[in-house]
Amino acid sequence: MESQELPYVLTDCIGGRHGVYEDHAEFLKKHFSLITMKEYLENKKLLGEKIRAIYAWYHKPVIDEELLRSLPNLKIVASSGVGIDHLDLNLLSRYGVKVSNTPFIVSNDTADLGMALMLASSRRLVEGYEMAVSPDTEYFPADWLGAEVSGATLGIVGMGTIGYKVANRAKAFEMKILYHNRNQRNKEEESAVGAIYCKKIDDLLQQSDFVLLSVNLTPQTHKLIGKRQLQLMKPTATLINISRGLVVDQDALVEALQNHVIKAAALDVTYPEPLPRGHPLLKMKNVIITPHIGSATKKTRRLMMENMMESIQAGLTGLPIPNEVLL
Amino acid sequence: MGGGELPGLLVNEIGGIHGILHGHVAFLKKHFYLITMKEFLENKKHMSEKVQAIYLWWHKPVVDQELLQSLPNLKVIANSGVGMDHLDLKLIASFGVKMANAPRAVSSSTADTGMALLLASARRLVEGYHLAISSDTDYCEADFLGVEVTGATLGIIGMGRIGYKIALRAKAFEMNILYHNRTHRKEQEEQAVGATFCETIENLLQQSDFVMVVVSLTPQTHKLIGKREMELMKPTATLINISRGAVIDEEALVTALQTGVIRAAALDVTYPEPLPRDHALLKLKNVIITPHLCIKTDKTTYMITKEAVENILAALNGLPMPSEVLPN
Repeated sequence: MESQELPYVLTDCIGGRHGVYEDHAEFLKKHFSLITMKEYLENKKLLGEKIRAIYAWYHKPVIDEELLRSLPNLKIVASSGVGIDHLDLNLLSRYGVKVSNTPFIVSNDTADLGMALMLASSRRLVEGYEMAVSPDTEYFPADWLGAEVSGATLGIVGMGTIGYKVANRAKAFEMKILYHNRNQRNKEEESAVGAIYCKKIDDLLQQSDFVLLSVNLTPQTHKLIGKRQLQLMKPTATLINISRGLVVDQDALVEALQNHVIKAAALDVTYPEPLPRGHPLLKMKNVIITPHIGSATKKTRRLMMENMMESIQAGLTGLPIPNEVLL
Repeated sequence: MGGGELPGLLVNEIGGIHGILHGHVAFLKKHFYLITMKEFLENKKHMSEKVQAIYLWWHKPVVDQELLQSLPNLKVIANSGVGMDHLDLKLIASFGVKMANAPRAVSSSTADTGMALLLASARRLVEGYHLAISSDTDYCEADFLGVEVTGATLGIIGMGRIGYKIALRAKAFEMNILYHNRTHRKEQEEQAVGATFCETIENLLQQSDFVMVVVSLTPQTHKLIGKREMELMKPTATLINISRGAVIDEEALVTALQTGVIRAAALDVTYPEPLPRDHALLKLKNVIITPHLCIKTDKTTYMITKEAVENILAALNGLPMPSEVLPN
């Protein structure tokens, strides 16, 4: 009789800069036989048949047709984070493989980062820091000023879970809140945060001091913010992106910033990530870039891991899968 | 005295390092005859009688006995901002001169600064930025972690106007709010922000993930946060200072940060400002220092000047001043 073996789950690597965190791996190994890509490639014949799930941490391993063909018993791919634009859902569906993500766990941290970027950009925090620590600084000039967040107008493009949490936070800063969304939120939700619906994105763009993007990346939102949209924005406005780099036409953004069509940008996401060294966005004083840290806190990453584990366990036992991504 | 002459307003300088902002001059000149310290010193005899008010900008001009004695018609001094530690209030009162500051103008902007620092420190925004733009491409997003803000515990030391506005903002981040203050806030005020009073500062320090210092600098608050206080804090905690540099024992802070007694610090104020260029605080990875941002926005600086003008005109017309500061 075969002893109860832990289910075989494929992951890219453990430890190092890109891999599953060591302490997460320790926990996962209590429930799974965790196989790294390296181990799998060294023993494809045996392991290929055993692997029933993929633990996809930060978009790795890359899941292509070749991999799917060599994992005949693969039932589920658990992907970290909320974005699933890196997965070919049609392909996975054809192979009968289910997919899960971690949509809600990331919302607070991502909303917090959106606020952090808006405040840092508006108040020139990074520039201020450089001044405060620069070896050349002798004094802090009185006429060095930023712009006010309190009482300003925030336009939220994409009022899903994350967008709504941003609205909640912004309200406490006495901001005027406009939003654009595929669907209007209900009256109670709107009045709870004092948000005004803009059916046309143009209206939002023209009135906002800060434009925050919190949409999913889909074919419809690809390059949602291009030259025309940037020109509709106030020359004193700031663009904040916590969605995906591809939601913005990056070349148009560079041009808009260089020509003072808009005042500044704060981007947690770009395309690609990281940007090639020498890219104009990296040198602009009025641009803050952070390395996709929307959900980067210890606590949230731990919860993500636990969610993914639950989804895999459900997927392997034929139970309803928490956070399943449907086509 | 010529009829219809505007009252003389003494300022340190216009423009320059610490001078009155150029954008405010037109507004001031509507109500006052502006006199700079340079003009005053070059022509003391003629100018000294004209000065009825002083408008301080970044704590200048220095108001000492000598200056007060040379201004026989001085009625009121307006301070830009709310920090008064650079002024001898009793001395000023002894000359029968009224004093005003600008609490309404500064509170939102300063509260925003506190939140900006808290968020930037927690999420390692400055470090992240340097990583994102560095010439070394070999970094990975996956292992760069900060600490959570939503749901964390914020301890506010000093729950005045600014402290309260911070509490309002922090509540929206679902933070658990503790506060320590000379006096208890009213129950409705506490409930509105879900804040719990800590009778002792020790109690607050032990429970907080973020400690925000929002007090005035007085002899009682000088080095309020020292070695002992930092050791009471959690090793995962962040200290944020938007009061005055001297409220924190800076030497003790350096040690605490170097040895992991606390996780990080974010300082909008230091002593002195700026710090000497070889100061240890400038080199620590877990410190964010900003150049006294508190009120540095177009809107707030203008509001400060408006509030000052309101107070000065009230004093000169014998009316009650909206933001009078009494010597006690």
